[in-house]
Amino acid sequence: MPVAAESNEKFAAYADPERLVSTEWLAANLDNESLVVVESDEDILLYETGHIPGAVKIDWHTDLNDPVARDYVDGAGFAKLMSSKGISRDSTVVIYGDKSNWWAAYALWVFTLFGHEDVRLLDGGRDKWIAEGRDLTTEVPQPGSTDYPVIERNDEPIRAYLSDVLAHFGKPLIDVRSPEEYSGQRTTMPAYPEEGALRGGHIPSAASVPWARAAAEDGTFRSRDELEAIYKAEAGLKEGDDVVAYCRIGERSSHTWFVLKHLLGFENVRNYDGSWTEWGNAVRVPIVKGSEPGDAPAPRR
Amino acid sequence: MTEQQIPAPLAEIIDDFQAMEEPDRLQLLLEFSRSLPELPEHLADHPELFEQVVECQSPLFLTLELGDAPEQPVEIFFSAPPEAPTTRGFAAVLHEGLNGLPADEILAVPDDMPDQLGLTRAITPLRMRGMAAMLARIKRQITDARSAA
Repeated sequence: MPVAAESNEKFAAYADPERLVSTEWLAANLDNESLVVVESDEDILLYETGHIPGAVKIDWHTDLNDPVARDYVDGAGFAKLMSSKGISRDSTVVIYGDKSNWWAAYALWVFTLFGHEDVRLLDGGRDKWIAEGRDLTTEVPQPGSTDYPVIERNDEPIRAYLSDVLAHFGKPLIDVRSPEEYSGQRTTMPAYPEEGALRGGHIPSAASVPWARAAAEDGTFRSRDELEAIYKAEAGLKEGDDVVAYCRIGERSSHTWFVLKHLLGFENVRNYDGSWTEWGNAVRVPIVKGSEPGDAPAPRR
Repeated sequence: MTEQQIPAPLAEIIDDFQAMEEPDRLQLLLEFSRSLPELPEHLADHPELFEQVVECQSPLFLTLELGDAPEQPVEIFFSAPPEAPTTRGFAAVLHEGLNGLPADEILAVPDDMPDQLGLTRAITPLRMRGMAAMLARIKRQITDARSAA
């Protein structure tokens, strides 16, 4: 059975308040048997250095990605992973991670591809939990396996492919990478390894809103009003817009996807996970360099 | 061109990793991350003496001191935050495997040595590049220091 959602003033302002929990709420609910806490980090060893008591680890690369094709695991693979982590179809899953929940949001987005209903983020993530001096342990739980059903992925509502993006021109796109990547000065994040894109720049007409702008200093999400100012007043999104967000491999844009979908309530938001490592290498797709969005080409269908 | 060869201390570490299954290899890397030595006093407050290895996923800084000829033993110093255990682990492997060796022996380490740890599948090829970049920068700093002397 799902665990009752947290209610507080900050969350109540968001479109889907039940998608977030605070560190206080989590600390008070750790013993609830319907709750499974999942840590998902960029650094593959961080969980082992200490994690929230009872939390299991899910690694974006070795657990959620298909080992051969550039794709996510399939229904059977996901069911096996869930079962091994002690997660049932009706479990309440709270995900948290490093870097303002960047990888946690990515994991949440993948859970959503499989329609796992009750999946939430810990507002502020790993850093806030630690900053508050809350309990950590290196003890790795050994959950009993569950019989998680095999559910086929439903990509269409929240995942965009390259062909979808070409057909999307004329509707809003959000580029969540750094300004240097957007302008085409560089093809990777500052201080990050080269991931091999042959061309630099951005998808024509995409507005630049670096993902971390949605996070406050302490890693928590900014308030509804602050987010409205960034994505609506500044980036020009309007109520009812059909939006595609992208970054480099689809991780940072999962964070923005969460903000647009669950905090601001845009019904139609898709994450283009092929992102720049696909677009910047694809043959004959349009690219704009520099800091201006540029005009949208005619949609290609 | 120096002939490529892996020095004995580093070869021993590679053997340790190779002898294990993948989950244990990650555990060993975690143990290495805990053993990375603190910076000595004369370097601790001097970030300007360090070079950032920008290829790493988390901030990592390194510097080295070249000893006297003919051997020119190399002292290597790394600085990386505790919340970056993978990066610290890589640095600690290189530190334990190479620190104090003669410059020529370090220059002879093959550039693809990180691949031999058997971590590529678990860590991703991308992140392994961070370790290759540390090695490349150590070598370049040695070459630079020699030509400046």
